[in-house]
Amino acid sequence: MPANKNFSVKVDYFERDEGEGALSVSVKNGKVMGVEFKIFEPPRFFEAFLRGRKFYEAPDITARICGICPVAYQMSAVHAVEAALGVKVGGRLRELRRLLYCGEWIESHVLHIFLLHAPDFLGYEDAIAMAAKHGDVVKRALRMKKAGNAIVNLLGGREIHPVNVKVGGFYRVFSKAELQTLVEELKWGRDAALKSLKLLAKFDFPDIERKYNFVCLSHPQEYPFNEGNIISSSGVNVGAADYEKRFTEIHERRSTALHSRLDGDKVYFTGPLARFNLCYEKLSPLARQAAASVNFKPPCGNPFKSILARGVETVYAFDEALKIIKDYEPSSEPSVKVEPKAGRGCAATEAPRGTLYHRYELDEKGFITSAKIVPPTAQNQRVMEQDLRAVASANLSLSKEKLTLKCEQAVRNYDPCISCSTHFIKLKIKGK
Amino acid sequence: MKPKLAVLKFASCDGCQLSLLDCEDELLAVASFVDIANFPEASRAVRPGPYDLALVEGSLTTEHDIERLKAIRQEAGVLIAIGSCATAGGIQGLRNFADVKDYVSCVYAKPEYIKTLATSTPASAHVKVDFELRGCPINKEQLVEVLNAFLNGRKPNVFSHSVCQECKAREVICLHVAKGVPCMGPVTYAGCGALCPAYGRGCFGCYGPKETPNTSSLSAWWKEKFGLDDGEIARMFKTYNAGAPEFAAEAEKHAGK
Repeated sequence: MPANKNFSVKVDYFERDEGEGALSVSVKNGKVMGVEFKIFEPPRFFEAFLRGRKFYEAPDITARICGICPVAYQMSAVHAVEAALGVKVGGRLRELRRLLYCGEWIESHVLHIFLLHAPDFLGYEDAIAMAAKHGDVVKRALRMKKAGNAIVNLLGGREIHPVNVKVGGFYRVFSKAELQTLVEELKWGRDAALKSLKLLAKFDFPDIERKYNFVCLSHPQEYPFNEGNIISSSGVNVGAADYEKRFTEIHERRSTALHSRLDGDKVYFTGPLARFNLCYEKLSPLARQAAASVNFKPPCGNPFKSILARGVETVYAFDEALKIIKDYEPSSEPSVKVEPKAGRGCAATEAPRGTLYHRYELDEKGFITSAKIVPPTAQNQRVMEQDLRAVASANLSLSKEKLTLKCEQAVRNYDPCISCSTHFIKLKIKGK
Repeated sequence: MKPKLAVLKFASCDGCQLSLLDCEDELLAVASFVDIANFPEASRAVRPGPYDLALVEGSLTTEHDIERLKAIRQEAGVLIAIGSCATAGGIQGLRNFADVKDYVSCVYAKPEYIKTLATSTPASAHVKVDFELRGCPINKEQLVEVLNAFLNGRKPNVFSHSVCQECKAREVICLHVAKGVPCMGPVTYAGCGALCPAYGRGCFGCYGPKETPNTSSLSAWWKEKFGLDDGEIARMFKTYNAGAPEFAAEAEKHAGK
């Protein structure tokens, strides 16, 4: 499209993402004037109907916020409720929870990398069209995804809305032999993830480097899943209990998902690229080597390389899952005892697409009196808009169709899970 | 020409349509038999209707969505509602028992920006639905079976019995009888494979009411034998299928007591 024209591009639905949203970019005299990312997923009001439910219902109910990352919701929910009840789940049960999260990271990352995002880079409308030429890649991805899902399936009972997570631990635990059944496919998957990363590194990445304020959890010894302080490139380092002192939500007319800001007005970025940049040293040696072998190192401010961060994390999740299984000894009890009591509890965990914060207040009988849930996609809305402005401005010479694709691809860098942040996507590029 | 499939959503978590992408062993085979013409979660390509088959996920919570559903009905040869949201209104159907204005102001700083209906309703409340596949989430093997059945013009082979029978088939000891754990298995549709009992927890009814469920007998049992109070019983029925008439009626008997 000639750079000096006014124009309008409209795409009514933003496809290949989970949920419903819209994106509009307005261009005037060859300049990007405004960018709006709208989420119009109809609200479902989880925080409202959680009031009056019992504390032990939170993990199953909040899982229903997102069918792609139910484990993340269950993990943030149980840790927040346990904080309110003064319960600590450690040792072997803690390791099983980390293993479950490995499973979800694998299935979610592989789904996004190969079924939703790779078609953008390779010029296909979807993975099924891509399979005609790249059948081996798609088949390998499906098998990797299945290996991740096998973890969730065993530990959780099913892939979507697992049933085995409870406040205090699990309903049932597993013998070493049961976990051993996962090992062969996980070893295959780890090799496949290493091969896949080499393929991803050959993609044509747009030449863009942005300065981001990254946010994620940080654990002293581990790459973050369930525990740690919330840290940022700008120097934030707070426990989940103090999250709301630094991070605030704003209700914008264009979105049924609340926007987040750090320290009043700072825009920030959460997700795999944030974790890769801030917690690189905590990756397993194999995952670091894999990243180095494709020359992918922190600091990296190219949002399109989020797909590489996801690829490295996939290697990590396979590697870590195998390590947890190798060291696993069954716990004698599936859960620790919990008693209702009044309290306030907060927790943040690392969902595949970024930091997920939950806060619950309980009364003395264990009824939830208030709940707050801040999903990663809601937090990333503003940074997605800023990326769009940068990407649209740099690509105004492209045809309308190609520019639309580029903008969609820029949004997919964030693996937005729209149904979880309404708290869906629709792309409009309009000009005057 | 391959039959054209559309997979569309309303208010939901996306988990039921994800079940199709979770068919890792069957996905490419399914795609070789049907033309996935409109599936926004998985593809940029949206080919216009009419569609031979439309899978619809999610509940209806806005006027706009009801209009969208009616338009899809016009374009679809067969319309199948998948999952608890599309078949019973979903967990968000809890608003049907509450004041939606209170819900809006609880979650949003600026309630005036939010447009929503006071109710969350299933697809069948607004259009003719040819088949309902239940579950929160649906079972992916059942989904493949239903697709297969409709593509071949036969009746889907899904269960009509309760979770109890699946429990017996799986040789799981009855939690209700042997361990005194409140379980919704006797009144809940089969389809999950008696998952929760196999993991040592009572069924929580995510597949919704079976045909002619004796909910009042079950509630009485819970009350007398296990000492559950009315609030606990109401909450048991008010979850993912709260809007299913049989569960809603039983919940209302115990609500506010």
